[in-house]
Amino acid sequence: MAFLKIDHVKIVGISACVPKLSEENLNNPVFLPNNGEDFIKTTGIKAKRIASADVCTSDLCFVAADKLLDDLKWDRSEVDVLLVVTQTPDYILPVTSALLQSRLGLSEECLGIDSPLGCSGYVYGMANIGAVMSSGKLRKGLLCVGDTPSKSVSPTDKSTQPLFGDAGAVTAFEYDETAEPIYFHLGTDGSGHQSIIIPHGGYRNPTSLASFEIKNYGDGIDRNSCQLELDGMDVFSFGISKAPKTVNALLDKYAIVKEEVDYFVFHQANMMMNKMIAKKLKLPEEKVPYSLSSYGNTSSATIPLTMVSELKENLQQKKLSWIFCGFGVGLSWGTVFAKTENLVCPDIIEI
Amino acid sequence: MEINKEDFLANFKDVFDETDVTTIDFDTVFKNLDEWDSMLALTIIAMADDEYGIKLTGQDIRSSSTVNDLYEVLKNK
Repeated sequence: MAFLKIDHVKIVGISACVPKLSEENLNNPVFLPNNGEDFIKTTGIKAKRIASADVCTSDLCFVAADKLLDDLKWDRSEVDVLLVVTQTPDYILPVTSALLQSRLGLSEECLGIDSPLGCSGYVYGMANIGAVMSSGKLRKGLLCVGDTPSKSVSPTDKSTQPLFGDAGAVTAFEYDETAEPIYFHLGTDGSGHQSIIIPHGGYRNPTSLASFEIKNYGDGIDRNSCQLELDGMDVFSFGISKAPKTVNALLDKYAIVKEEVDYFVFHQANMMMNKMIAKKLKLPEEKVPYSLSSYGNTSSATIPLTMVSELKENLQQKKLSWIFCGFGVGLSWGTVFAKTENLVCPDIIEI
Repeated sequence: MEINKEDFLANFKDVFDETDVTTIDFDTVFKNLDEWDSMLALTIIAMADDEYGIKLTGQDIRSSSTVNDLYEVLKNK
């Protein structure tokens, strides 16, 4: 069973950066007339942010990290580990963490790691950075998460284009022997790997002329094989059954009292799925924040983006306990219980 | 799994808002109903999860044509 307890590591700050351009869904040309309204009713996604051609995930994460480092007043040479979780890297190789290490002016004595996960990526990222830091050898770390899915969707694919938005978020961690433990439950089911996939462009199906052949999938959906493919029904079915299970597994394993958790922040998939998960867990509405309406599904960035956009003052001023739960592409999922107190949390930055 | 057939039909009809559900029976080709769309498919999946604790996949929905097909899929899970 993939339960994990990480000692001596705490979150000290969170920042987020989104593109300035907001694209509305109500009159989105991907829909037939009037269908935009139905889409918004079901998914809760009124708009999402779209990165311009020259903005990558690394640019969004750079701006968020640069601001957070300044506000934390960290000496940049002290950052021992930089973990980047993204499925939309600048290049196939090298890793984005190397690009950011140099651009942020971090030391060469800095561990740079990339982790190509999506919706579960924030929770996995916390587990990975926590694991390398908990021995006390690496004392300061940055977890950068984010994606630019708008660059990987087909413009005529209503099963993806209106759902996904672009964002980057950065979370700062410090080694602290007095920190309260962070608890995790993590899981994987690769039998569902085809439910969310970009089939070409890796080495199973290397990019070729055939990759760009546009196929019609019915219902006005056209797509080539380098574009994101999502089986919404499979993912919905997976999410409503797996997310409540992993949250309950973590609560049970570590005897965490649900009523004592201040907020439950879920990966922002779509409102219908998220509401159903919250209902199955019998969570009070005020404990479950959403940022879907303005930002849509931003892959690994949804959890920190929701925290910063919906709960910034609380993060800055209060001692809080949290459950975060991410689930999606892989298929992969994870839940974490962590506490925060008086975080450094700048306003969301737009570029 | 044991699923009461009439109970399933009632739950299936409950999912629809705008359709005259008295016209829905086991032979109804549900994808031909005006109200049917990908969002409604999600509601069917949610109903199966909620009422029967059964996970329907996208393929289950795509391979079913009539209400009876869907009932058979559920029954055999």
